[in-house]
Amino acid sequence: MVGIHNVVRPSRRSAIAATALGAAAVLLALTGCSAGGGGTSNGSYGFPEAKQDSSSTITVWVDADRQAAAKAFQQANPDTKIKVVTYDGSANGSNSFKTKMQLFDRAGSGWPDVVFSTQNNDAAWASQKTNGKQAFAAVLDKGLVPKDTLSGFTPGSLNPCTVNGQVYCLRNDLAQAVLWYNKSLMDQFGYTVPKTWEEYQALGEKVAKEHPGYIVGAQGDAWTPEVYMWGSKCEANNITGPTSVKVNTDTEECKRAASLLDTLRANKTIPVVSVFTPEFVKQYTGKVLMMPGPAWYAGAIFNNPQSLNVPAGQLGVAAPLGWGSDEPVTGNVGGGTWFISSHSKNLKAAEKFVQFVTTADDYQVNLAPGYPAYAAAAQKWVAKQESSKYYATSLDAISTAASQVWDGWGYGVFSQEAIWAKTITPGITGGKSIVDLLPDWQTAIEDQAKVNGYKVN
Amino acid sequence: MTIAPPSDQLAVDADTRRRPARRRRRATSVGYAFVSLYTLLALAFGVVPAVFALGLAFTTADGGFAGFDNFVKVVTDFRFWPAVEHVVLYLVIWLIALVVFVVVLALMVHALRVRWASTSLRFIYYLPGALAGASSVLLWLFVLDPTASPVSGLLRLFGFTSFVQVIQPSHLPVIFAIIAFWTGAGGWIVIMYGALNNISTEVIEAARIDGANAFQIAVSIQLPMLRKWIAYMGVMSLAAGTQLFVEPQLLSQASNAVVPNDYSLNQLAYQYAFQQNDFNGSAAISLILLVVALLLSWVFVTRGGLFERD
Repeated sequence: MVGIHNVVRPSRRSAIAATALGAAAVLLALTGCSAGGGGTSNGSYGFPEAKQDSSSTITVWVDADRQAAAKAFQQANPDTKIKVVTYDGSANGSNSFKTKMQLFDRAGSGWPDVVFSTQNNDAAWASQKTNGKQAFAAVLDKGLVPKDTLSGFTPGSLNPCTVNGQVYCLRNDLAQAVLWYNKSLMDQFGYTVPKTWEEYQALGEKVAKEHPGYIVGAQGDAWTPEVYMWGSKCEANNITGPTSVKVNTDTEECKRAASLLDTLRANKTIPVVSVFTPEFVKQYTGKVLMMPGPAWYAGAIFNNPQSLNVPAGQLGVAAPLGWGSDEPVTGNVGGGTWFISSHSKNLKAAEKFVQFVTTADDYQVNLAPGYPAYAAAAQKWVAKQESSKYYATSLDAISTAASQVWDGWGYGVFSQEAIWAKTITPGITGGKSIVDLLPDWQTAIEDQAKVNGYKVN
Repeated sequence: MTIAPPSDQLAVDADTRRRPARRRRRATSVGYAFVSLYTLLALAFGVVPAVFALGLAFTTADGGFAGFDNFVKVVTDFRFWPAVEHVVLYLVIWLIALVVFVVVLALMVHALRVRWASTSLRFIYYLPGALAGASSVLLWLFVLDPTASPVSGLLRLFGFTSFVQVIQPSHLPVIFAIIAFWTGAGGWIVIMYGALNNISTEVIEAARIDGANAFQIAVSIQLPMLRKWIAYMGVMSLAAGTQLFVEPQLLSQASNAVVPNDYSLNQLAYQYAFQQNDFNGSAAISLILLVVALLLSWVFVTRGGLFERD
C-alpha cells in the first residue's frame, strides 16, 4: 500500500512515470485490498460510517512535534490501542495530507483514523466529496463530539474547521497575530507602545531616523499578508462558500496596509527578510524593537537559543493594532488541526483521542508549545507561561487577540501564502511597491482560485 | 593415413565450426539474461506507465472518453505557458553551455601531456556527478545564500545580499542551468575524452606533419569526428532537461514558495496529479512533454547523424 513513509520524493523521473506510478499503486491497491470499503451504513453522526469495531486499533498520523500528544494519550489511556505514524504534518506546502488521502480514496482503503495537520486549509477539501468519493473528514458537530466540548473552544477558533456551517476538525492551537516588542529597548529609547497602525507607522519612521539598524517588523515571510493585510480587513480571501471566493484588493483597507509596508520597507525598518533565515538572526539579533506576528513567535524566534534568543524579562506583548478608530482585528498564521476519518472503524476511540489531545491538561497545558485553542486549557497555559517569568508584561493581550481574528478572511484549499510568496516577494525584492502590485496580487489569487475549482466574485 | 587426415580434418573442422556456434549461442543467452532485467524494469516503470498515461490523457476522471478536453484544459491553464517559457529558456541556456564547455574542456584535458594532471582533472570533473540529484541541489541552496555561501564574496560582487535577491525569477533559468551543468557536465567530459581517444593517432599525426596546430586539429579533425557524440549528448540532455523538476521543487520549498511550485512543466503535472487530484490533466501534460521531446530529439538525431553508419 501507499505508506506514509514513501513521501513522494522529488526525482528526475518523468512526469509520466510519476503520474502513472501513483495511479498504478492505486490500481494495485484496488485489486489487492479493497476489503475496507465495504459495510458502510448511513451513520448517526451525519455521514455514512463504516461498520464499527470498538476494540480495533486506531491509526494516528502526527507530525514530529505532536508525537508528545500521542504519547500523553497512551499514558492516560493505556486500554485504547493506537498506532502512531509520523509524517511531515503537511507543512511547508508539501500538501502530503491531501495527496495521501486522495490516493487512499482511489484505492478505497488505507485511511488513518486520526490526522494532525499543521495547515488551516484542509477542511476546505476534506469536507467535500471528490470525484464522487465520500468526504474524508467526519462531521464532528452532529453528535460525534459532545456539544459541551465544542463550545469550550475559543470563539472563532473553529472557523478554519467550519464549512457550510458544519465542523470538520478540532483546532490544536491558535496562531493569532499580536504585537511583540522588546520592552527594555522601548524604555531605553523612550518610546511608547503604539495602539494603532498609524502610530506604529509613525514610530517606524522615527526609529529609522533616531536608531537606524533597528526594525519594527519583517516582510519576507510568506505569511506577511496574514499579519498585515488580514489585520487591515483587506478583502483578498473572502471565502463565501465551499467553492466560491470574493477577491477585491482595490480597497482602502488593502492600500493602507500595502502603503505602510512600502514606507517602512523603504526606510529599512520592515526589511524583506524571513524570520527563519540565518540572515535574519545574524543581522537583527538584539535589533528587533517590535514585531507584529503570531503567538508562536514567542517560542519560535524570541525565546529560542537558535534564533533571536531574547533574554528573560525583555519581551513584551501588546494587543493587536487597529486602524484609526476601527475596532482592532487581527490575522492568523496557521495553528494545527485534528481530523477524524469518516472511514474510521472505531469512531469512539478516534473521538476520544482527538478530544484528549485538544482539551486535556496532560497535553495542552503541560506539554504543548503553542497557545491552546480550547479556552480552559488556554487560561492555564497562559498562567503557566507567566509563571516562568520570561515575559516582561502580562500575556493578557494574547488571550484578547484569540477571539479578535477577523472572519472576513477565509480558509480555502489554495494557499494564500504561496500566492504572496511568488507574486509579491520577488516584486518588492526587484524594487516594485506593494501598492502597485495589488492588482497583480488580485489576478494571481483569482487565477489560483479558478484552477482549484472556485467561482470567483 | 590418406583417409585419416581428411577425416581428422573433418572432425576438427566440425569441431571448430560447432564450437563458435555454441559459444555464440551461449553468448547470446548471456546477452538476453543481461537485457532481460532491464527490459522487465523498462516495461514495468517505462512502457506500461506511459501507455497508462496515454489512456489517462484521453479519458475523464470517471473513465469516459474525453477526446482532447484534457489537453485543452491544461494548455489554457494560466500556469502552462509561463512554465513552457521557463523550461525553454532553461534548455537553451543549458544546452548551449553544455555543448560548448564540455567540448572545450574535454579537448583541453585531452591535449594535456602530463598524465597525472589529466587523470585527476577528469576525476574532479566527474565528482559532482557522483552526488545524487536531490542532495546536490541541497548543496546549492547553501551556495546561493549570501549569508551561508562559501562564495558569498562573489554573490555580493553581483550586488546580492540576500537569498531572495539571488533567486529573482529572471535569474532562475541561469541558476538551474548552472546547477545542472555542475552536476551533469563532468560525466559528459569523461565520455567525450573517451571519444577523443578513439580518434586514430595516425590521422592526428598526419595533420601534425601537414603543419596543423592544436587549434586547427581540434576544429578540423576532432570536432567533426565528435559530431555523433555531441548529438548523443544533446539528445540525452534534452530529454533530461525538459523534465526539469528537482531543482525548482527543492528551491521552491527552501524559499517558502518564492520560487513557485509550478515553475516547470513537470512540476505542473505534479500539481495536477497530487494537488488537484486530476491524473488525467497530469497525463495530458506528460504526453505533451513526450511529443515535444521526441520531436526535438529527432532533430538532433538527424542533424547529428546519430544513426548513420560509417
